[in-house]
Amino acid sequence: MSVGKPLPHDAAHLHVTGTARYIDDMPLPADTLHAAFGLSKVAAGCITAMDLEKVRAAPGVVMVLVAADLPFANDVSPSAHDEPLLATDTVHYMGQPLFLVLATSHLAARKAARLGHVSVEETKPILTIDDALAADARFENGPVIWARGDVEAALSAAPNLIEGSMEIGGQEHFYLEGQAALALPQENGDMDVMSSTQHPTEIQHKVAEGLGLPQHGVRVETRRMGGAFGGKESQGNALAVACAVGAHLTGRPVKMRYDRDDDMIITGKRHDFRIAYRAGFDDSGMLTGVDFRQYARCGWAQDLSLPVADRAMLHADNAYFLPHVRIESHRLRTNTQSATAFRGFGGPQGMVGIERVMDQIAHKLGLDGAEVRRRNYYDAPQPTGAGTGHRYGRAHSPAQAQLRNLTPYGMKVQGFLLNDMTADLIARSDYIARRAAVDRFNAENEVLKKGLSLTPVKFGISFTLSHLNQAGALVHVYADGSVRMNHGGTEMGQGLFQKVAQVAASRFGIGVEAVRITATDTGKVPNTSATAASSGTDLNGMAVAAACDTIRERMSAHLAEAKGCAPEQVVFEGGNVRWPGGSIPFAEAAARAYAARISLSATGFYATPGLSWDRQKGHGTPFFYFAHGVAVTEAVIDTLTGENRLLRTDILHDAGASLNPAIDIGQIEGGYVQGAGWLTCEELVWDNRGALRTHAPSTYKIPAVSDPPPVFNVALWPGANRADTIYRSKAVGEPPFMLGISAFLALSDAVAACGAGYPALDAPATPERILAAVERVRDGV
Amino acid sequence: MDITFLLNGESLTITDADPTVTVLDWLREAGLVGTKEGCNEGDCGACTVMVTDADGIKPLNACILFLPQLHGKALRTVEGVAPTGGLHPFQQAMVDHHGSQCGFCTPGFVMSGAVALTQDAPDFNLAFAGNLCRCTGYAPILRAAEAARDADAPWLADLPPQVTAQAAIPETADALAEWYTANPDGTLVAGGTDVGLWVTKQLRDMEPVAFLHRCADLQYIREDESGIDIGAGTSIAQVLDALPQLAPVLTRYGSAQVRAAATLGGNIANGSPIGDGPPLFIALGATLHLRHGNNRRSLPLADFFIDYGKQDRTKGEFVEAISLPPIPADFKAYKLSKRLEQDISAVCGALNITRDAGRITDARIAFGGMAATPKRAPLTEAALTGQPWTRATIDTAMQAMAQDFTPMSDMRASASFRMKAAQNMLLRCYLETEGAPSIMEVQP
Repeated sequence: MSVGKPLPHDAAHLHVTGTARYIDDMPLPADTLHAAFGLSKVAAGCITAMDLEKVRAAPGVVMVLVAADLPFANDVSPSAHDEPLLATDTVHYMGQPLFLVLATSHLAARKAARLGHVSVEETKPILTIDDALAADARFENGPVIWARGDVEAALSAAPNLIEGSMEIGGQEHFYLEGQAALALPQENGDMDVMSSTQHPTEIQHKVAEGLGLPQHGVRVETRRMGGAFGGKESQGNALAVACAVGAHLTGRPVKMRYDRDDDMIITGKRHDFRIAYRAGFDDSGMLTGVDFRQYARCGWAQDLSLPVADRAMLHADNAYFLPHVRIESHRLRTNTQSATAFRGFGGPQGMVGIERVMDQIAHKLGLDGAEVRRRNYYDAPQPTGAGTGHRYGRAHSPAQAQLRNLTPYGMKVQGFLLNDMTADLIARSDYIARRAAVDRFNAENEVLKKGLSLTPVKFGISFTLSHLNQAGALVHVYADGSVRMNHGGTEMGQGLFQKVAQVAASRFGIGVEAVRITATDTGKVPNTSATAASSGTDLNGMAVAAACDTIRERMSAHLAEAKGCAPEQVVFEGGNVRWPGGSIPFAEAAARAYAARISLSATGFYATPGLSWDRQKGHGTPFFYFAHGVAVTEAVIDTLTGENRLLRTDILHDAGASLNPAIDIGQIEGGYVQGAGWLTCEELVWDNRGALRTHAPSTYKIPAVSDPPPVFNVALWPGANRADTIYRSKAVGEPPFMLGISAFLALSDAVAACGAGYPALDAPATPERILAAVERVRDGV
Repeated sequence: MDITFLLNGESLTITDADPTVTVLDWLREAGLVGTKEGCNEGDCGACTVMVTDADGIKPLNACILFLPQLHGKALRTVEGVAPTGGLHPFQQAMVDHHGSQCGFCTPGFVMSGAVALTQDAPDFNLAFAGNLCRCTGYAPILRAAEAARDADAPWLADLPPQVTAQAAIPETADALAEWYTANPDGTLVAGGTDVGLWVTKQLRDMEPVAFLHRCADLQYIREDESGIDIGAGTSIAQVLDALPQLAPVLTRYGSAQVRAAATLGGNIANGSPIGDGPPLFIALGATLHLRHGNNRRSLPLADFFIDYGKQDRTKGEFVEAISLPPIPADFKAYKLSKRLEQDISAVCGALNITRDAGRITDARIAFGGMAATPKRAPLTEAALTGQPWTRATIDTAMQAMAQDFTPMSDMRASASFRMKAAQNMLLRCYLETEGAPSIMEVQP
C-alpha cells in the first residue's frame, strides 16, 4: 500500500529539471496583453484628480482603466465587500491599486503605470496600534471578549503575579513565485482563468461578479503555486479580476504578475500583534488565572482578519489549562496593507502570548521552563476502549470530572499527547544535561551567552467557519487501469497532491505511478474551500477516498457476480484484484468493468463531522482534533552586537499515522525555520508616512541557508489519530510553524543569562532588539 | 551590438541585441522558462545560471545580468545542466532527498549546486547563501548536496567562444578609456549587481552603456612584500580567493552569485555608504587609481568619498585599480546585519591597529553604515595611538567614537544601535586578542 511510504513529491522530477509549469511559464497566445497597477503613493486621503494622459500615451499601452470603467462589481474582498479592485474616492494605504494599465508587454505595463499623476488630498494616516486605539478605528464594534471563571478574583488571590506587554511583528509571506494570473476569454463571454491561488472557487466567484456572469461562466484552474503560505488565499483576487475584466473589455488574453516589490507593497501580510498580559500563579508555577489583551493590526480592509483574530484567541491557551481566563481581542483598522492569512492564521500570535507568560513565570520563580510548562499542561485523557495500551504522563488516575482538560472555549481536549511527547523529547534531546552545560557555558563566558528552550504546540484542526469543512473529488478509472484524479485542494508545495494520490493508489491497491494528478479546476470539482487551515489532506483525502470507494464497490459487485462470491471478498491489493480462487491485474478488472458497462467515474464528498461553534459566545467544538509538537532549541548570542545563531534543534511532532513521512518531515523542518524566521530576522518596517520600507529581499530577510541550526533532529511521534481522519493521519501544514517559538525563547533565555532582569524581548528578535534586551537585563529591569 | 556566446553548449549570436535586456528576460522570452524570476534584483537566486569564462565556472543571477555580459562566455541553464533525458547527480539527489516542495526556487538551487560541485571541497552553505527557499528550511537541500558531493559532470566543461572586440565591449583599459572619453555620460557595467537594479527596478533607460568584462588588463591581483595591487575589474570572488585575511567580511559580501559578478572597482565607484569593500580598504590604507583618457591620478581611497552620492570623480573618469600595503596579521573586520548571509551591513567595521610591545603605534579604523560615506574614525584613532593595549584604552576610544560619527536610523538599524555596535566592534577586537571566542565557533 502506498500510504505511509516516504515517496518523493509528485512533481519533484519536474521541479529539478525546471519543467514544472507555473503561471508565468505558460505559453501565451500571440495577442496577450500584460497588466500592471498604478499604485497610491500616499497612505490616506481623497482622490481629487487622476491625470493618466502620460500613461495612455506610453509605448505599448492599449487600455487604461479606473474604477468608473469597470463594467460590474468593483470588489475583490473575500469577506466584507470593502476592498475595491481600483480605488474609488478614498485612498486607504500606500500601495493601493488606483488604476490598471494593459500593455503589450510586462515591462511596458510597469513603465506606464509609473507615469500616472494622481492628486490626493492627504489625511493623517492611522498607522500603528496606538494610532488605531486613539482613533477607535476597528473592525466589529468593540473588542471581542471570551472569558471563563473569575480572572480578577484569581489574580487577587494569586501568590505570584506577572504582567507585561509584548510586540509581535508581522511577516511577509515571501512565496518565491509572486502573485500571478492569466485570463483567457472564451466564446459566449465566458472566461477561463489560470491563477496562482489557494482558493480557485473564490477567484471564480470574484471574477463572475466582476464580469456580471453566473458562476458557470467562469472556470478557474490552478496546477500549482510556487509557495503560498496563506498569502494566496485571498490576495490573488485582484490580479485575476483585473485580468478577467481586461480580457472582457479587449477580447484579448491578459496576464498579470506582480514584480516582487509591487507584490510586497500591495499584498497583505501576517498580522502584527501586541499582547498585554497579567497572570497569577502558585509557587510551583501553576497558573491560577490569566488575562490577555490581544491587539491585532488588521490594515485597511477586513479580508480574513476576524477569523484570524478568533484563532489567536483560540490558541491563547496553547497546551495549558487556564483555570480562570479572560481574552480580549481588538481588531484594529489601519492605513496599511490589509493583513491576511499566513500559516497558523493568528494561532501563532496567540500562542506566543501564553509561551511568553510561561517563560516569565519560570524566570520569576527560578524554575526550569520545561518543568513549568509540563505542570500546566492539559491532563492527558484516560485511554478508552480495549487495547489502547498507551501510558500517559500522570501516575495517578483522577476522576474524569477533576481533569484539567477543558479549553477556555469549552471544548474537551481529547487525545492530548504532550505529556508523553515532552518526556520523550527531553530524553532524546538530552535536555537536562544540556541545560546544565548551557549554564556552565554562561558562567565561563562573558561575551557569548547560550540559551535553551522547550516549547510545545497544540493546534486545533478545522476551519472555524464550520461550513468550510467540506471537500469534493472526481476520480476516473480508464479502461487501461490508469487513474486520473481531481479534487478541490490546491498544490502549493506542501505535497497535498502526492499524499492524496497515495490515498487513491491505496484504495485501488495499485502503485502511485498509475495515478495521474491533475490541476485543480472549478469546472471539475465545484464549490470548494480554500486550501488552508492545514485541512487540505484531511478534507480532500477523504473525498478522493470516497470517490475511489464508489468505483471500487462497483467493480467489486461486478466481479463478485461473475465469480460467484460476495463483494466483500473482492480484494484490491498489489496491483491485482483478487477473489477466492482467482486474481487479475487491476487493469484487466478495469477493462472488464468497462466492457460490462460499469461506470468507472465517480465523485466523492466529505464533510468533517462533529463540529459546533458559536463564535459570538466563544463556545463550542470548533476543532475536529488537535495536532501536537514539541521543540527544544539551543541558541547563542553575542552580547556586544546582539548577533545570534541557532545551534541545535530537536523536534518531536505528531502527524498521526503519517501518509508520507518524508513530506511530513519536510513540512516540519520548513515550518520550524519559517516560524523561527518570523520571530528573529524577518522585520517589517513602515515609516511615519505609511511606506513599507522593507519591500524587497534586499531589506526583508527571510532565513537563508545558514540560519537553520546545524544540528536539526526531527522525528515523528508514532501513533494514529484518535479522530477518524484519512488513514488516521493528522494535518501538518501549520502546526510545526509554531515550533519556531522555541528559537525565540532560546534567544530570550540567552539574554536572561546576562543579568537579573527579565528580557521582555519583543519579536522579531533582531540583533538590535537582543542588544537592547541585554542592556535591560544587565540593568536588572 | 552583436553578442556571441554558448547557450547550453550551442554557439549563438544575437545581432542588434538590446544592451540592457537581462539574460533572465531574454531566456524566458526565448522559451527557456526553467530559470525563474523571484525578485528581479539578485537577492533570491531563483534565476541562477552557470557561466563559464576564462576564470572558470561561476554562478550568476540572470535577473541582473545583461545580455552583452555574456559576450565571449558560455551560459548553461537548468535546461542544459544534464545530458538530454538524464539528470545531473545533484538533480537526482534533490529528488531522492525531498529537496523541493513548491519547486520555484529549485532550478536556482540546482544551478548553484551544480557550480559548487565543480569545485574542490565545496562549502555548500557558502554556495547556497544566495538562494532563498521558503518551503524546506534548507535541511533536505543540504542533505542532497552532501549526497552528491562526489558527483562528476564532465559535460559541463564548456569552452567559451572566441569573439571580436566591439566599441561598447572593450577588450582593454585603453579602449575603455577611449570609449568613456567619447561617452562621458555613458554608464559602465562591470558586474552589474548595482546597475542591474537601475533597469529592473527603477526602469531607467540607460544608453550608452559599455561592458567591462572583457578588459582582461583590469582583472589582476599582484601581491608581493611591498603590497597588493588589484585591478578594478577583479571580482569580489577573486579578491576573496587571493586575500583570505578579508574572509570574515568578504564571505558575507552578497552571495556566491553576487561575488562572482561584482567587481572591486564597481564596489568603490558606486560610492555606496554601505558597501563592504571600502571600509576594509580604507582601513588598510589603500590608494585609489583613477583614469580619464590617458590621464591618471591617485588619491587615498578615503578621500574619494566626498558625501552621499558624491565622489571625487569627473565625467569620463573611471577606477582603474587600487593598491594597498601588505595586510597585517592582526587586521580585524566585522560585518553586522540582520541576517548572517546575503544581507547589507547595518555596520561594517575595519580595524587596523598596529601594536608594538603592548603599545598601540598606529590605528586606522574605518566604518561603513555610520555616515553618508564609508569613513575613518579620526578621534577613535587618536585615542588609541600611543596608548597601551588595555581595556581602559579601549573604553576611552569607544567614547571617542561617539564623536566621530552621527549615524542615521533606517530599516536596517537605529542610530543608537549602530553606534553601540560600532563601539563594541572595537571592544570585540580587543577581547579577541585576549582569547575570546567568536560566535561562529560555538558548538551546541
